[in-house]
Amino acid sequence: MMADSLLLPLTPLTRAEVEDFLYAEAELLDSWRLDDWLKLLTEDAQYLVPPNDSPNGNHRSTLFTIADDAERIRQRVIRINDPNCHAEFPKSRTRRMISNVRIVLQQGNELVVTANFVCYRYRRHERIREYVGQYRYVLRRSGNNILIRERRVLLDAHELGSLGSVSFIL
Amino acid sequence: MGGEGQYIIDDRERKVFMLNREVLVSEDVLRLEMQRIFSKCWIYVGHGSEIAKPGDFVTRRVAGRPVIFCRDAKGVVQCHFNTCRHRGATVCNERQGNARRFFCIYHGWSYGNDGSLARVPGDDAYNECFQKSDFALKRPARFESYRDLWFMCLDPGIMSLDDYLGPAKDYIDLVFEQSPSGTMEVIAGSQEYDVHANWKLMVENSVDDYHLPTTHSTWLNFMRNSGVVIEPSKEAGLVLPTKGYAIDLGRGNFTTDNVNFRGRPVARWIPLYGAEAKEEIETLRAELVTRLGEARAARVADTNRNLVIFPNLVINDGSAVTIRTFFPEGTGRMHVTAWAAGPMEETESARARRLDAFLTFYGPGGFATPDDVEVLELVQQGLANWQDDPWSEMSRGLGKSEDEPQLNSDEHHLRTFWRRWNELMVDK
Repeated sequence: MMADSLLLPLTPLTRAEVEDFLYAEAELLDSWRLDDWLKLLTEDAQYLVPPNDSPNGNHRSTLFTIADDAERIRQRVIRINDPNCHAEFPKSRTRRMISNVRIVLQQGNELVVTANFVCYRYRRHERIREYVGQYRYVLRRSGNNILIRERRVLLDAHELGSLGSVSFIL
Repeated sequence: MGGEGQYIIDDRERKVFMLNREVLVSEDVLRLEMQRIFSKCWIYVGHGSEIAKPGDFVTRRVAGRPVIFCRDAKGVVQCHFNTCRHRGATVCNERQGNARRFFCIYHGWSYGNDGSLARVPGDDAYNECFQKSDFALKRPARFESYRDLWFMCLDPGIMSLDDYLGPAKDYIDLVFEQSPSGTMEVIAGSQEYDVHANWKLMVENSVDDYHLPTTHSTWLNFMRNSGVVIEPSKEAGLVLPTKGYAIDLGRGNFTTDNVNFRGRPVARWIPLYGAEAKEEIETLRAELVTRLGEARAARVADTNRNLVIFPNLVINDGSAVTIRTFFPEGTGRMHVTAWAAGPMEETESARARRLDAFLTFYGPGGFATPDDVEVLELVQQGLANWQDDPWSEMSRGLGKSEDEPQLNSDEHHLRTFWRRWNELMVDK
């Protein structure tokens, strides 16, 4: 790690820069620009929604709600862009609020970032559903870009209950 | 409503089967279901592997009743009503854990994990008529198991679970024989979600193979994208790539019995699993053949089934094994709980593959279940017109001769459910 830093001295990212990145990502997701969102992911990216009775479980031994590798994420986007994905046609309108952004660790070209979120989801004649929880990111710096290596979404709700399906990108 | 022919029209001569939509929206019907179905049938509680060690417990609602499903200090599996005998508060308020005692935070009565009343603070103030032995936690009238799948029944007069399951046991066996020791375990992590639809729509949907090509076309596309060959059906009457049957197992239980095209973690490889998985799948297959013989191994590995134990347990042994139960929260809403199960002996890599296969289809973030949820909610919304458009059509495959097989994409198994439901619900 130290050797890498010496070879490639990186100025640490500031919280403001990380916040800008998270806000930009939220904008892409809320406006359903999913093909652009895919460009933010590393080739080994993971998108994980653990069950709320084992939030720290490993998806290889615990049943998650979502445990996608990069290829599965691409397939998920193909699916939810398809008008035959009935759960998302018409599409949910989502609006996410992100706060309490913290850089937990910054080492070499990787950062661990946590942020609280509320994602409001509205669809057709339904009442608003509120998904509340924490994002845990592993971000990777590549040149001047920030990419997402891992995106773990912890939901606070005791069970999904009235939240229903997670058919959009949470 | 209530008389014969009010809920369903079952006319075998005219080959008509219709369901009165009122049964999916009526508060009166729901109240009657609580008495005549949920209080009279064997209802799934949990699997023994969820409470592997003495003292382990989980709390859940079963048939609307808060229960503690636990293993007592002697290792005996127990089901207690989670209600203090003193004033009625719940005595265990964690979702899962390990405890020697269940403690009421109101006046401090505490119970052993066998349900016995262990301690009453200040018990010297009670008179001689008060006996602690009279105040063990209450429990359902009956509590029995098959292959460590535990069921309760609130009616002491019900037939044994063994008789109730009857031929369904062979289908449960097919699921459990995936394990070399015949022992499956429920995997950590549960999926709980609500669907804004009547609970009986989930019964239908869990076994309805007619809907797969339309509701789940994006899942079929995903399977194709992963390299699985999905061929159009070649035979008249088929809507799926492979043939499958619908089988009445008696007492309202039924199953689909399908030739597999979607892959089996035990043990039929598909490209989705990746080339590196081939060798392990072959090893699992060889173990099956050695243990069960070619024919039974092929039954386990090359067929898949969606099994319903009346009224509200579904075991889907498809892309992976899921145990799913659901309970009404009103006429237009149900709460669903689903678990994944796998062989006890499974390696880390086989378990990971199983869970991955599970998520390709099942659950609130899967590539198929959200569309099922959507379609059930659309049915419930459409049912608001029930008074002007009161009958659902359910005659697909009706009137076949005895020796003609009933297809999984027919509605024979759905009719099996509704006939049993009707039998229990109408006044005798």
